[in-house]
Amino acid sequence: MTGDQPLVLGLETSCDETGVGIVRGEKLLVDAIASSVDEHARFGGVVPEVASRAHLEAMVPTLERATREAGVRLADIDAVAVTSGPGLAGALMVGVAAAKSLAVALGVPLYGVNHLASHVAVDIVEHGPLPEPTVAMLVSGGHSSLLLVPDVTHDVRSLGSTIDDAAGEAFDKVARVLGLPFPGGPYIDRAAREGSRVAIDFPRGLTQGRDLERHRFDFSFSGLKTAVARWVHAREAAGEPVPVSDVAASFQEAVTDVLTRKAVLACRENGVENLQIGGGVAANSRLRALAQERCDAAGIALRVPRPGLCTDNGAMVAALGAQMLLKGRPASDLALPADSSMPVTQVQA
Amino acid sequence: MLVLAIDTSTSAISVALRGDDVQESATVLDARGHTEHLAPLVRRCLDSAAREPGDVTDVVVGTGPGPFTGLRVGIVTGLVFAHARGIPVHGVCSLDALAVDAAAEVGDEELVVATDARRREVYWARYAAHGGRVRRLSDPAVDRPRELPEPLLGLPTAGRGPLLFPELFARPLPVHDVRASTLAELAVERLRAGVAMPVEPLYLRRPDALTTAERATP
Ligand SMILES: [Zn+2]
Repeated sequence: MTGDQPLVLGLETSCDETGVGIVRGEKLLVDAIASSVDEHARFGGVVPEVASRAHLEAMVPTLERATREAGVRLADIDAVAVTSGPGLAGALMVGVAAAKSLAVALGVPLYGVNHLASHVAVDIVEHGPLPEPTVAMLVSGGHSSLLLVPDVTHDVRSLGSTIDDAAGEAFDKVARVLGLPFPGGPYIDRAAREGSRVAIDFPRGLTQGRDLERHRFDFSFSGLKTAVARWVHAREAAGEPVPVSDVAASFQEAVTDVLTRKAVLACRENGVENLQIGGGVAANSRLRALAQERCDAAGIALRVPRPGLCTDNGAMVAALGAQMLLKGRPASDLALPADSSMPVTQVQA
Repeated sequence: MLVLAIDTSTSAISVALRGDDVQESATVLDARGHTEHLAPLVRRCLDSAAREPGDVTDVVVGTGPGPFTGLRVGIVTGLVFAHARGIPVHGVCSLDALAVDAAAEVGDEELVVATDARRREVYWARYAAHGGRVRRLSDPAVDRPRELPEPLLGLPTAGRGPLLFPELFARPLPVHDVRASTLAELAVERLRAGVAMPVEPLYLRRPDALTTAERATP
């Protein structure tokens, strides 16, 4: 170790990105990523077996690139951290096996960590120590969760999550309806810039009456996706042109309105003054703008990592691993499994 | 020379350490536990042989064919270990190791290796055994055992194929799972003979998915 700052390498393979990140304490040295997204585009969605094969191919080249760009040697690594879940089982196993092998070969401790907690921890390397507690909203193609985080290394609580589609999934599905490419998020965001947010009044799931009572911090995007499809198909059936940018803007408004409203409510009702947003959907420009606006109005400090750190990456895993090491948490057992349905409340495997 | 050999192409998770005065091996049978068991087995082999990771000079991995998920666990473990230590890694077809073990059970004749490919299929290849050594006569393939050419089913057969399809394979051999120690011996032999041993996973099947273009064509 240099000074007291441990050098930690993090591996992430829960979906279609092979991520290798290296941090020194709370400083990010490198965030190397190999993505198989282009291969999945041909299939219109992530194919688990395609992702797993790509992880195996990319593992060593990505490790190599990470150490080279960070200017460190693997022999200098003090600990290895890896996403042990949740995620695609076969994809997780490639990363977990790689991390274990690295830990054995280098003779260093291994930390199996929760993917969602890592999404929260990554902001430490961007904006410094996490305020405690923090409310975190994680929105991506795989997850939509509201979390209360008193301590990201061992106390993460679930406030709510989606009861059907993830937010990012809704973006992908609506993009398909509109004839936009996969992954849909960036294309919808771009199309929406030319459109009107109030052109079409799409439904806001779980925001009214009994629904809001029973699912205070839960989300539902399946009804919204269906409403958009129905609206577009009705237009097509009538032989009228589909105003793609208006549909995109109105859909995006419905999603981001619900997300930000519930996130701010979660902060208020838990007496928390800090909100962090992460996950791929956090790259959405309207989500960022609306969250900022509503947090400002409510006196809540908002933290959003830069887009490259919001999507899945190895830096977030390294960041959490380093926190665990710094707080003296014991390493994980070398026999730890890849747990595709690892509960969000379990920070470490 | 100290060779670390790993095979995860079957339900057996097998690790061996081979050197001039080292003969360690460890195996666990668990079709769904490759990720959990493999690394502890590697560490156990090193510990029992009183060797450090830095003492290993070569890594060998079984490249299958085998069920994808387990197969990848072994291959990535071998690749990363070798990368971390800055040593070479070699790939050996896992069926070849079964054939070598099977050759000890038969005379100079042809034999078949057939392993569990799930979905009522087997991974298989045909070999000629001669003086305890083997030569592969066909590329590894995946098929329904019923569709194998008739004479093959009558040959001595190693692997779990005969346990899964006892009515089809007439001459089962008591050689069921890949032993990493045999894989290590094969690799050393090939290394001395200057044979290239790239690490290419033998999947033999495409991923189960249709592209959007394929879905559009009826
Ligand atoms: Zn994620």
